[in-house]
Amino acid sequence: MSLPAPWTPVCRVEDIPVLGSRTVRRPVGLDVAVFRNAEGGVFALLDRCPHKGGPLSQGIVFDQRVACPLHNWTIGLADGCAQAPDEGCTPRFAVRVADGLVHLDAGELATHATDLTRPVAGPPTRRRESA
Amino acid sequence: MDMRAQPRQRMKLVMVGNGMAGVRTLEELLKLAPDLYDITVFGAEPHPNYNRILLSPVLAGEQTLEQIVLNDWAWYADNGVALHAGFEVTEVDRVKRLVHARHASGETLSAPYDRLILATGSKPFILPIPGKELKGVLAYRDIADTQAMIDAAAKYRHAVVIGGGLLGLEAANGLMKRGMRVSVVHAAPWLMERQLDDVAGGLLLQSLQSRGMNFLIGAQTQALVGGEDGRVKAVRFMDGREVPADLVVMAVGIRPNTALAEAMKLHVERGIVVSDTLQTVTDPRIYAVGECAAHRGIAYGLVAPLFEQGKVLATHLAEFGIGRYTGSLTSTKLKVTGIDLFSAGQFMGGEGTDEIVMSDPGGGVYKKLVIRDDKLVGACLYGDTVDGSWYFKLLREGRSVADIRDKLMFGESNIGDTGHEGHHNAAAMPDAAEVCGCNGVSKGAICQAIKDKGLFTLDEVRRHTKASASCGSCTGLVEQILMATAGGDYSAAPKLKALCGCTEHGHQAVRDAIRDRKYLSTAEVFAGLGWRTPNGCATCRPAVNYYLISTWPKEARDDPQSRFINERCHANIQKDGTYSVIPRMWGGETTAAELRRIADVVDKYRIPTVKVTGGQRIDLLGVKKEDLQSVWTDLAMPSGHAYAKALRTVKTCVGSEWCRMGTQDSTQMGKDLERAMWRMYAPHKVKFAVSGCPRNCAEAGIKDVGIIGVDSGWEMVIAGNGGIKTEVAQFLVKLKTAEEVLEYTGAFMQLYRLEGWYLERTVHYVARVGIDHVRRRILDDAEGRKALWAQLQAALDGEPDPWFEHEKAALDTRQFIPIEPTAVEGSAA
Repeated sequence: MSLPAPWTPVCRVEDIPVLGSRTVRRPVGLDVAVFRNAEGGVFALLDRCPHKGGPLSQGIVFDQRVACPLHNWTIGLADGCAQAPDEGCTPRFAVRVADGLVHLDAGELATHATDLTRPVAGPPTRRRESA
Repeated sequence: MDMRAQPRQRMKLVMVGNGMAGVRTLEELLKLAPDLYDITVFGAEPHPNYNRILLSPVLAGEQTLEQIVLNDWAWYADNGVALHAGFEVTEVDRVKRLVHARHASGETLSAPYDRLILATGSKPFILPIPGKELKGVLAYRDIADTQAMIDAAAKYRHAVVIGGGLLGLEAANGLMKRGMRVSVVHAAPWLMERQLDDVAGGLLLQSLQSRGMNFLIGAQTQALVGGEDGRVKAVRFMDGREVPADLVVMAVGIRPNTALAEAMKLHVERGIVVSDTLQTVTDPRIYAVGECAAHRGIAYGLVAPLFEQGKVLATHLAEFGIGRYTGSLTSTKLKVTGIDLFSAGQFMGGEGTDEIVMSDPGGGVYKKLVIRDDKLVGACLYGDTVDGSWYFKLLREGRSVADIRDKLMFGESNIGDTGHEGHHNAAAMPDAAEVCGCNGVSKGAICQAIKDKGLFTLDEVRRHTKASASCGSCTGLVEQILMATAGGDYSAAPKLKALCGCTEHGHQAVRDAIRDRKYLSTAEVFAGLGWRTPNGCATCRPAVNYYLISTWPKEARDDPQSRFINERCHANIQKDGTYSVIPRMWGGETTAAELRRIADVVDKYRIPTVKVTGGQRIDLLGVKKEDLQSVWTDLAMPSGHAYAKALRTVKTCVGSEWCRMGTQDSTQMGKDLERAMWRMYAPHKVKFAVSGCPRNCAEAGIKDVGIIGVDSGWEMVIAGNGGIKTEVAQFLVKLKTAEEVLEYTGAFMQLYRLEGWYLERTVHYVARVGIDHVRRRILDDAEGRKALWAQLQAALDGEPDPWFEHEKAALDTRQFIPIEPTAVEGSAA
């Protein structure tokens, strides 16, 4: 049984690897990364490091944190904030688990932090295209 | 006050002493367990905690008292610490667990404790001579002494400093800068005899004399002579001489302040005797930390070991019950502006030691390195100290310097190219000058961070500024800046570097335990070795995973979640979150069919950049993660492992097949090596090259293994590197046949796989164990060599290509499929 609106089921808990993550697509904006720690806790953050926009979903998960794959900043899964002395936070998304199903808030999926982007890479022609 | 709900009564923690080591302990404790204790601190001085090391710059007028405060009054209030400044503890009742203290005004106070920290520091030693109680006779220890010296300098002319050690010379320098005529009395034959040898001591003497300081070397003080006003007026020596003195500063040494501990009947020997957990051996409720504590017979006087102690003590007070302090090695620098000196270890030499000496008295430079059994055991530097930290590192690691002995004297920058543009004097650099080229950190930014954030150690500067955190070649400069800005006692370091903050064990200890106790999973390692964290961190998990699979191939299970993303998805992550794909091209050769497939893949998946790599392969950049599997399938070429700590490229020249100069078939040799060793995980990436003649077009001299064809066979060189520091590979052996090349290369690789520390390239591995060790294992021991080569072949037999054998390679393919929430109905693929 999935939860009533606005909660949207996205996957089962076991679809996320232990100490790993999956990405959830959105119609607008960057993906949401859903993480699972060793104790079975599920967390959701915008898939974007506050440092240089790295995809946090690709990082190594430990305890209740994830290490960004680009420059190894450590981000708290519960609060989305960088571990001191680094500074900055990534937007959090509300998560609820019911009957083994992971739910995100449909309103948040549609509108939360949709303005944030990833850095652009590649030759100048490509940069212009994506600008 | 913290008004949060308290589930249980807080314990009472009382600290006697309000100095650097003690307050640092509280800071560490508050980070770990902010709500565990009600904390009360008694400090004899009427000040909050300040940086005692910086009293010398204050005396010299280079800094103010306000600038050296470390924890202001607000810090105590904000953290709920009750500070009784100006209260001297008079008695501790261990039965009733009560601390009694008295203020100079006569006011008394008592505080009960559950746990007690003694952080009473040390006391200056006062010579037992007539006149020591006269007005104008001071020690040099605290703010009051410093202030008294500053006041005296404003009124009087003649100062005598007794003691030409570190503290005495800093005092003399400060008084001279404040306009006094200063004489230094020193009983030993040369200055700073505990830190310098006679030559360096002589250079220091000359330099200070030329600044106008007077010296009475070898003079024995007999008495201090007072005037009618009760103030000192002269110093009299054994030989009858007298020197005028309106101010006498005694700086003949410090002693751990143990009077209170002795009155409490605690075991005292040199200092308050503590265990590796800083607990006193007499009373388990009482701990001692800092200069007053004697750990394994040593009472430390430098900041870094004391902070190390504080950290360990905090974990025990926080009831984590982890961490042991096992002692520190220390080094010395002098804080007199414009004079650079450094010493560490057995700088005086002695039986069984060799000395390498460079002496340029005219240029004011002197360096002495002391070597025993091919290891650096001591160093004494004067005038040019930029390599001090490097020598200190070699000393601490105790590694063989046989292979670099001839270059040792000329410093780290002469071993490869360290790339800090020849800067070796941080003081002379402008604020805007770049210190760390890797992370773009200027000198000004480092100074700013040290001042604003109160940093003391190299590690802290690295964490806050990233300076010297990448390649490390600017470490010496950063340490100089740290010394000039925060004070000079930073450079002592724990003897053994832990793998990461999750454990106290170093790389070698973890490797050994995995082998000796046959651990087969990260969980077993973490449990067996008492990891402090539930599942490690991004530093230790990949290291432990590598140690497991390299030590127990086919038995230990590879854990993809403990691997960096590149090794988890078998491609190289780029700054925008896309990936690069490099297929394997054996020996750098390709075919029209392969090139057509590559071109088709580029078109089909709209890959934005195609680049020829330095390793003679083709790199496809900007591949979306969800396309990776299809790209691999369409390419139908093996994984190039360009993303892994594994064998990457084998670069070859065309060799005798085509080249008019070629003497050997280098391309075939390269292909054979690559086919024999691809899929080989290693502590770090591995690159080979094979050249067909000594012109060496494949640049084999800067590879982990380089093979160079000569008319009569092949020369094998190892441990080269073309990275941050260009390191030329070292000659290992000359071989006759291709079979031998495979065997020797494979054996060296297996040795490196078994003995290298994670993220240690072959150049650093060989530097650590010594090329002689490699020679013994690979050249002298034929049986051992064959066994290593057989081991490697057995380990690689049947290893999967992760691009095609997903299940065998434990590839979690779910990662390539993003979840579309609209498509979810109870489950997602």
